[in-house]
Amino acid sequence: MRRAVRIKDHWGEQRLFFGRTLFAAIAAAVLLVVVVGRLFVLQVLWHEYYADLSQGNRVRLEPLPPDRGLIYDANGTVIAENTPAYQLELTPEQVTDVPDTLHRLAELGLVDAEQVPALSRLARSGRKFEALPLRLSMTDTDMATFSVHQHEFQGVEIQTRLARWYPFGAEGVHALGYVAAISEDDLKRIDRDEYAGSALIGKIGLESAYEQQLHGTAGHRQVLVNAQGRRVDKLGAVPVHLETLPSHAGNDLFLGLDMRIQHVAEQGLAGKRGAIVAIRPDTGDIVALASVPTYDPNKFTRGISSHEYAALRDDIDRPLFNRALRGTYPPGSTVKPMMALAGLEYGAIDPMTIKECHGYYTLPGSTHHYRDWKKNGHGAVDMRHAIATSCDVYFYGLAELLGIDKLHEAMTTLGFGKPTGVDVGGERAGLMPSQEWKMATYKQQWYPGDTVIVGIGQGYLLATPVQLAHAAAVIAARGKSFRPRLVTAVRDASTGTVHKLPPVAETPLVLKDPGMWDVIVDGMKMVTEAGGTAVVATRGTPYKIAAKTGTAQVFSLGQDEKYVAKNVAERLRDHALFIAFAPADNPKLAIAVLIENGGHGGDVAAPIARRIFDAYLLGKYEPDVPTPPPPPTKLPPNVAVEH
Amino acid sequence: MLFDADATSTTRRTLSATGRILRGLHLDGPLLALLGAVVAFGLFVLYSATGENLAQWISQLERLALAMAALVALAQVPPSWLRRISPLLYGIGVVLLIAVAVHGSVGNGAQRWLDLKVVRFQPSEIMKLAVPMMCAWYLHERPLPPSLRDVVVLLVIIVVPAALIAKQPDLGTALLVGSAGLLVLFLGGMSIWIILLGAGAIAAVVPVAWHFMHDYQRQRVLTFIDPSTDPLGAGYHSIQSQIAIGSGGLFGKGWMNGSQAQLEFLPERSTDFIFAVIGEELGLLGQAFLIGLYLAVIGRSLYLSAEAQNTYARLVCGSFALTFFVYAFVNTGMVSGILPVVGVPLPLVSYGGTAMVTLLASFGVMMSLVGHRKLVGA
Repeated sequence: MRRAVRIKDHWGEQRLFFGRTLFAAIAAAVLLVVVVGRLFVLQVLWHEYYADLSQGNRVRLEPLPPDRGLIYDANGTVIAENTPAYQLELTPEQVTDVPDTLHRLAELGLVDAEQVPALSRLARSGRKFEALPLRLSMTDTDMATFSVHQHEFQGVEIQTRLARWYPFGAEGVHALGYVAAISEDDLKRIDRDEYAGSALIGKIGLESAYEQQLHGTAGHRQVLVNAQGRRVDKLGAVPVHLETLPSHAGNDLFLGLDMRIQHVAEQGLAGKRGAIVAIRPDTGDIVALASVPTYDPNKFTRGISSHEYAALRDDIDRPLFNRALRGTYPPGSTVKPMMALAGLEYGAIDPMTIKECHGYYTLPGSTHHYRDWKKNGHGAVDMRHAIATSCDVYFYGLAELLGIDKLHEAMTTLGFGKPTGVDVGGERAGLMPSQEWKMATYKQQWYPGDTVIVGIGQGYLLATPVQLAHAAAVIAARGKSFRPRLVTAVRDASTGTVHKLPPVAETPLVLKDPGMWDVIVDGMKMVTEAGGTAVVATRGTPYKIAAKTGTAQVFSLGQDEKYVAKNVAERLRDHALFIAFAPADNPKLAIAVLIENGGHGGDVAAPIARRIFDAYLLGKYEPDVPTPPPPPTKLPPNVAVEH
Repeated sequence: MLFDADATSTTRRTLSATGRILRGLHLDGPLLALLGAVVAFGLFVLYSATGENLAQWISQLERLALAMAALVALAQVPPSWLRRISPLLYGIGVVLLIAVAVHGSVGNGAQRWLDLKVVRFQPSEIMKLAVPMMCAWYLHERPLPPSLRDVVVLLVIIVVPAALIAKQPDLGTALLVGSAGLLVLFLGGMSIWIILLGAGAIAAVVPVAWHFMHDYQRQRVLTFIDPSTDPLGAGYHSIQSQIAIGSGGLFGKGWMNGSQAQLEFLPERSTDFIFAVIGEELGLLGQAFLIGLYLAVIGRSLYLSAEAQNTYARLVCGSFALTFFVYAFVNTGMVSGILPVVGVPLPLVSYGGTAMVTLLASFGVMMSLVGHRKLVGA
């Protein structure tokens, strides 16, 4: 079959082409008009909505952390300040895989590998758009390392921040405390808005107790950011109006603490374990508060490694332990003046009454020997001599005469068994035992023997060094009592005015016969005189020291055993204690010294107290006056860390 | 005097001299002027969209010079010669596409480039010209409308390169190459029934195509349907470009003042999404102006193709004109959120790409085909 041959019809083809072209042209026009319609919807009808969205895109609130308040000592020397430090920060929302980023930073040595899990958790629990400090202070080497690898770490940046710096290092740390990185637990209790942008928070000591005052008020400012969340200064050519709410710096604290005296105290304790608290009897101001061994708080503010922290925590000498506020010790013979005071006030004994001391004491109807520290006894002693020579037998008898109820009442009035209320946290109450206490704790009745040993500061009785110093101050002030305190004035950062805080007077101890104070003070003066237990250490002072030595048993001896220091393990040796105030008739300073396992209070503790008095009353400071080391990081003139 | 006779005549002489030069170079003055306007507008916007990156702007200018040179050069080639090399060009293009599939280097996650040591170029760009020219060559001597057999042959001619390109994967270019060929068929008078049948077949093929799609392509389709499901992932482009356009309003935020663009919220702001920059900074008016220019270019091109003197010239010119439309429509539609995100640049405006050269080259071919008129009787 022949196929029909189709002839090319030029006119027809052209007409067909025109038709199709016209159709296509109209279709093209219509479709492009649809696009314009869509644009009209977006740009005119929905303009407000998208304008808002675009604002939200680019304006971000950046927190302005407040400058933390400074802390000054009694001489106006700065003891806690703020210095610039380079801080490594991570913004969680800009990082896709936070743990991976942290691990890679740890490989470069920029983050402590052991802290990676904790930091990962922090990044999850914190706000996604808020920078999380990974490392509080970077060395030049760290900076160089990070600069090389910066491109691999989206969302990780170096920021210049103010970090806390303690120019005296370890000295005074148990009073000051320290600030450190905000932890998960901190996040649960703080107002996050107030801490937005802050890396540090007071953890312990004054830094924690006065956190509210020191922290200040956070501000914020609006910043322009690009899609990567990075800050940009301008948008095209036109600057954009952005709001700023400035932060307000925290208040400055002024302490009664005198770093020169603090230095003498810590030098005195150097190489030992112990505590010293020195208080002004007329105000309660703490002039020195030492607990040794110490540690450098700057390590915490600049980011302590878990290794370093573990070393401090597990140190057998417990440098982190605040012995001055939290160490509870049997006060030993240092309580004898208080016992005497109770005896006089309750009329249990006349100060002139002579007691015979044969080297031991027995309760009526008992054969148990309560031994005197002096094997053959002190012979005939009145109250003053009993204090001066620390006659145990005299005070065994006195305690028995008074009974535990009266002892409890008198000692509680003097501040034992309850916190002194010092304005820094963490203080322990110690223990002033009573019949009720023993029944509640041991389900046992109180025995007369329990009372006897409380008379020489042993048994259940436990006191903190700050309690002993406070009691010494009350005796020094002859009954006037002030709550011990570190902070004496606060400077309001917004006005610049310094508000002096009046001393906190407590109920004074008024004796029925005020003349009885003289008996106690006389006895304590005789401690530093010929025949007294602290005569050697206090010889030759131009001022008079009233004192009481103490040697507290840690280790119980059997009935017929003799305590021989070299036979007893170092940590079971007696604690050495000493309380004193001077000048005796016009007291300026009251001191309690405790040295763990130090031995005899008059030999070990008294010389340190004497040096503190010499410094405070005579201006005889230690030859090596502390000079603050320079802060670790000073800002180089030109640094470009932001990109 | 402002309008003296001398001045008028000078102007007239200048105009007629320009016209003679243009005619001598076989160039169409109005189309050239419109293309120049689009290009100038593009350079203006690009300066802002690249974030005042002068180096990028200058490199765009260099590419533009090359593209213009290609346009003028191609306009000088005799139409018959163009027609005769069409199958050769097509053949070379297919061979190169196969070469790319086997040996090509991977750039941007897709295998598109053929490294010829001297130049790296994308054979798929050649196909944007070669496929419609080949289709027109095939139909040139045959009676129109095409028979079913011709349609089948042409579909094979179109689908082979389009499939190779889609496989690279470069969905945008495959779409442009395929549509360029299909437009020849359409302009050639292919039966409306076949078109409808084809549309039905495509609808049936969609599930199958879905199966062969790459994950990123599927994701694009899904997020096109609802961009908010993946605001930080595949939907990010679409959402950010709509924020940019919508926040621009009627008059825009001003040149170089678009926050979304300048602060880099808008991805690919100087390339595929530059239309959003125009919307943000120059507003609806700026975008409508550009679309108006595009319409004028399309209109003038279609007018020229209708004026063309033979089937080959008509089909090629018409296809090029409508392919230009496809570029403009797919890009503006995608950026404004009425079409899925496909990698098609905004014609003559987007930064970089060989697309600029190919596009102006196609206009060069168009000017050759309609500029070498046989005078009647000569």
